[in-house]
Amino acid sequence: MNDPKEQDLTLACCAAGTCEEEESIAPPSSFLKDVVIAYRRNRLAMVGAAIVLILFLMAVFAPWLTPYDPYAIDLEVMTEAPSWSHWLGTDQFGRDLLTRILYGTRISLVIGIVPTLLSMIIGTTLGLIGGYYGGKTDMVIMRLCDIVLAFPSLLLAMVVMYTLGATLVNIFIALAAVGWAGTARVVRSQVLSLKEKEFVEAARAVGVKNRVIMVRHILPNCLPALIVLFTLGIPGAILSEASLSFLGVGAQPPTPSWGLIVTSGKEFLFSAPWVAIAPGLFILVTVLAFNFMGDGFRDALDPYMKQ
Amino acid sequence: MLKFILKRLLISIPILIGVTVIIFFLLNVVPGDPVALMMKEHISVDVVARVRAQMHLDDPAIVRYFRFLAGALRGDLGESYKLNRPVTSLILNAFPNTFVLALWAALFAWVVGIPAGILSAVKKYSLPDNLFMGFSLLGVSMPVFWSALLFQYVFAVKLRWLPVAGFEDWRYVIMPAIVLGWSSAGIIARLTRSSLLEVMRNDYIRTARAKGLHELPVIFGHALKNSLLPVVTVMAIQVAGLLAGAVITESVFGIPGVGRIAVNAIQARDMPLLQGAVLFETTLVILGNLAADILYAFLDPRIKAA
Repeated sequence: MNDPKEQDLTLACCAAGTCEEEESIAPPSSFLKDVVIAYRRNRLAMVGAAIVLILFLMAVFAPWLTPYDPYAIDLEVMTEAPSWSHWLGTDQFGRDLLTRILYGTRISLVIGIVPTLLSMIIGTTLGLIGGYYGGKTDMVIMRLCDIVLAFPSLLLAMVVMYTLGATLVNIFIALAAVGWAGTARVVRSQVLSLKEKEFVEAARAVGVKNRVIMVRHILPNCLPALIVLFTLGIPGAILSEASLSFLGVGAQPPTPSWGLIVTSGKEFLFSAPWVAIAPGLFILVTVLAFNFMGDGFRDALDPYMKQ
Repeated sequence: MLKFILKRLLISIPILIGVTVIIFFLLNVVPGDPVALMMKEHISVDVVARVRAQMHLDDPAIVRYFRFLAGALRGDLGESYKLNRPVTSLILNAFPNTFVLALWAALFAWVVGIPAGILSAVKKYSLPDNLFMGFSLLGVSMPVFWSALLFQYVFAVKLRWLPVAGFEDWRYVIMPAIVLGWSSAGIIARLTRSSLLEVMRNDYIRTARAKGLHELPVIFGHALKNSLLPVVTVMAIQVAGLLAGAVITESVFGIPGVGRIAVNAIQARDMPLLQGAVLFETTLVILGNLAADILYAFLDPRIKAA
């Protein structure tokens, strides 16, 4: 079966260079140690991790990093160019742009992580159930996946936001509603091959309950794939939120969402281009950093994903 | 072959029905009375009730769904609340613009992506390889609306080479096509590269080299044909994706396409129009995936057996 989404994943693996060179890896000592060593060998992945760490620090310490308030309007300094007092300039309400971007880090990270986590939980549960029990249950779940995956994801998220209303929590719901199907498919395909393994058969032979087999024996073996899916899902969610906010169905003003700041800067592109350019750069760097991390995890976890 | 195509077609039907169910129920459980929205304030309760009855809004959801489905099958997607025109004609009028944009974006993606991928594979780890792969990564990591604004700022505002927005002649399509096609070009370049490298490890390539062929005939005569198989499939999927994914590009560049209709419909809370636009674009994607599957089976006889 020629399945585009699954194919994408394998292709992405190839693109990351994992199927180009097969390095000989020393006999595994422990899962964690092995992965850490392999991950650290990847320079871009380390850069990604460093950037993500900095972003987290920015998000946590935002109030201490800037003397300004992200919501305080100061009409005396409207759309001022970058200067010593305002490093990235100010927006149309005289708010310090860097301050808004710093606080925006919080939104972007939460938006990146929460919906991705939600869709992982839904997708993993359904993928496990479908793959393990097979039959009608599996068919229903997989057809549901097909339907969700048939939608252009941004359009489906737009429709969900239209129905639920534009709030932060609804963005979580919209992105999770769109994102779970991909995870479910990957987990299911993993389960299908895992449930034929001897250790699962052995567990079943000694009378371990199905639920316990799924959670204790199969799920841990899906973890490498889930880690990669999670890390690579975050940048997707960040970009989606930015797009939704850009289209007016995501975060609402005056929330300092990066996508929203770019949108507000659109009108001053000629006179104050920094308002649109600076937050976009932050989106780009954040997305790149998570992509680097995801690629790094994928390469490091590759031996564990091939069963 | 015919059996395969039929089987694929049959799988698409329940998916399409599922899509209509999801779209309908998502958009028809929305709180807020569309009649009140249409007429603004100053209307009496019984007028609202009469219009609701006229629009069959008081029927059970199931009945309304089947009415919607029957209408959709006949090509009738209802009437726009705000524009008071049939949704189908609004969409069909806008579609050529979306189509032209997607076509140019796809052409850009292929013309840039495939040669870049081949060059990257042949000169693995060289400067061009790193450069191409860097651009490809940039393409998938940039928010489309932001790269669109950057293009507008540089090429329209600063350099004044191209018009900022609108859709009149060929100059208007250059920036949107590049912005929209960039990530597709990057994906194609990466795919071509990895696929070509994969194929190059095959025994028959070693044979070709062993019989004394130079590297170029090996690549273009033997390796490329097989390595482009997955690329062609992805290209077919991408065309559908580009048609449906032009929402943001159309908004930024002011192109009157189907994606812009969807965005405008959301802002105007024009439910039938949004419903029609989303259904139309999703159907396009399903048909595109179907075409990709059939194309792949056609190109690679090994698939049919599976």
